[in-house]
Amino acid sequence: MSILVNKDTRVIVQGFTGSQGTLHSEQSIEYGTNIVGGVTPGKGGIEHLGKPVFNSVEDAKRSLDPNASIIFVPARFCKDSILESAEAGIKLIICITEGIPTLDMLEVKKRVDELGVRLIGPNCPGIITPGKAKLGIMPGDIHMPGSIGIISRSGTLTYEAVKQTTDLGFGQSSCVGIGGDPIPGSSFIDMLKLFQDDTQTEAIVMVGEIGGTSEEAAAEYIKNNVTKPVISYIAGKTAPAGKRMGHAGAIIAGGKGTADNKIEKLQECGVYVADNLVSIGSKVAEVLG
Amino acid sequence: MNLHEYQGKALFAEYNLPVSKGKVVFKAEDIIDACNEIGGSKWVVKAQVHAGGRGKSGGVELISNPEDGVKFAQKWLGKNLVTYQTDKKGQPVNCILVEECTNIAKELYLSAIIDRESQQIVFIGSSEGGVNIEDVAKNMPEKIIYQGFVYKDDSLNENAENIAKVLKLNDQQTLQFIPIIDNLLRLFVEKDLSLLEINPLVITENGDLHCLDAKINIDSNALYRQPELLDMRDETQEDPSESEAAKNDLSYVSLDGNIGCMVNGAGLAMGTMDTIKFFGGNPANFLDVGGTATQERVAKAFKIILDDPKVKVVLVNIFGGIVRCDLIAEGIIAAIKEVEVKIPVVVRLEGNNADIGSKILSKAKIKIESINDLAVAAKKAVLLAK
Repeated sequence: MSILVNKDTRVIVQGFTGSQGTLHSEQSIEYGTNIVGGVTPGKGGIEHLGKPVFNSVEDAKRSLDPNASIIFVPARFCKDSILESAEAGIKLIICITEGIPTLDMLEVKKRVDELGVRLIGPNCPGIITPGKAKLGIMPGDIHMPGSIGIISRSGTLTYEAVKQTTDLGFGQSSCVGIGGDPIPGSSFIDMLKLFQDDTQTEAIVMVGEIGGTSEEAAAEYIKNNVTKPVISYIAGKTAPAGKRMGHAGAIIAGGKGTADNKIEKLQECGVYVADNLVSIGSKVAEVLG
Repeated sequence: MNLHEYQGKALFAEYNLPVSKGKVVFKAEDIIDACNEIGGSKWVVKAQVHAGGRGKSGGVELISNPEDGVKFAQKWLGKNLVTYQTDKKGQPVNCILVEECTNIAKELYLSAIIDRESQQIVFIGSSEGGVNIEDVAKNMPEKIIYQGFVYKDDSLNENAENIAKVLKLNDQQTLQFIPIIDNLLRLFVEKDLSLLEINPLVITENGDLHCLDAKINIDSNALYRQPELLDMRDETQEDPSESEAAKNDLSYVSLDGNIGCMVNGAGLAMGTMDTIKFFGGNPANFLDVGGTATQERVAKAFKIILDDPKVKVVLVNIFGGIVRCDLIAEGIIAAIKEVEVKIPVVVRLEGNNADIGSKILSKAKIKIESINDLAVAAKKAVLLAK
């Protein structure tokens, strides 16, 4: 088992023929991901990376019956691309792009919720189920099939957690980057639910950072609903208030969103918190004995 | 991106919101003309900086003689204003807003944000204005209302009335308040704001509502479709290194320590700062060099980090994902030569081809400490900074 994606997931790529779309699709196909085709408006009818290209998601949907889409289009077109996929009936959408206006995301989030679509991202590395499918920009070779579910707001921090759990021999069931934006398509809680129900997952690593209160909400949820051990790391203890730390969502505002608040709440709710980025793996080992 | 009060008020006026008659001046002697043009016998002169707390720091004055305004302007123009919201250096004052004087009966608070939890635009209102709203939230939470809004929704009137009740407005004022909320919401959405704050929104002695201040932040991700707002950018209000970094698509925030950091990825950059602190050191900056750490970007990043005279050592932490570490290593070496880095550099490479990258670094004829383990690398940097 795993969550969200596996060998049978039929994937289309929006922004397939662009430089980012091409680079990452090539690597995903090489990893074994079942990419069935792509969409680039105006380029319908051609073949790219040996797969058919369509003008619209609707056309692709009719011919290929995909059940997931991964989006690499520039930020200013993302709102339309996500909504196009959602309206065409794709139920899992992963948006990698960074820099989407927040008001666009408010509109998108409302609509995908209405349509019952699972949106991952934006501003995220994507999802990987090691050994089965890679829908994202993460380096495949640091992953290993295994028992740890990983959820993170950051790309490279996810890779750290992955590397450490691979090095210690645990491996991962699935890894999901939910993204660093203030209005993400999916929350920690959405992913915790899936990992709790996944038989392959024995423990969950949740990598958070300053800004917002989604880690606090997750902590409360874990206390009441998650029976598997959760290990967490929160980045940004040294971040000053009021400054945006790279990610649009990583800002301490009005005294809310500090690392200390989050860590305190997580510990209160029975989450094991690694006190350092380099000790995520060893904390997992300690907890799983 | 932030706007000055005078720019915010110009936007308010465009959206039919009640603001004072005013004029911005860049030269002290222009104050007299500005007072004459505005008319009346009393004026308020306000130093324009991107920070709150100006009144308490002497940056706002009430004058009844234009000559006093000239003196005020002479005192502030070209100087820095330090408030509790700025750093020790303060923010440079390049212009002064002259406004007609408003007679205040009561001060209220009104702001709008994008609320991450409820995922909608939320207006925050309080009957306690002119003070720090965080203090009100802590000490008198019953005097604050958080009201969510959906743009172009038909419940606007009802929602606005909910706020009006907490603000204790009378019927007449509530009738004024509903279009104010309507226009503010339109402004928020049409101009891609991330924050809008009126502190204080006042009731005048005539009983009318009036916007006495205007604080506006714009969503940086949306600036591409707000060219007229982008033109209002005042770079003198920003940290020069941060602006320089932004021009090169690097994310940089300067901090107080002496260990420069260059990292790929925002989360890992924060994690690296925390690791330095954990081992007893102090980071000099946050810097996300991005997913493609090419020679050009690394060189730019080195320049920005080394511009800070406090920096005694640089810790480079790269997790090679899609980009191979051997290429990154070559980029780092070339950049160090190009920029002529003279202080010690500790490099930690991990991920794709990290071993080859480390070998390239250790063979280079420049002084680089190549350490694969982040904990060891961080400890080394802390030691070198002492």
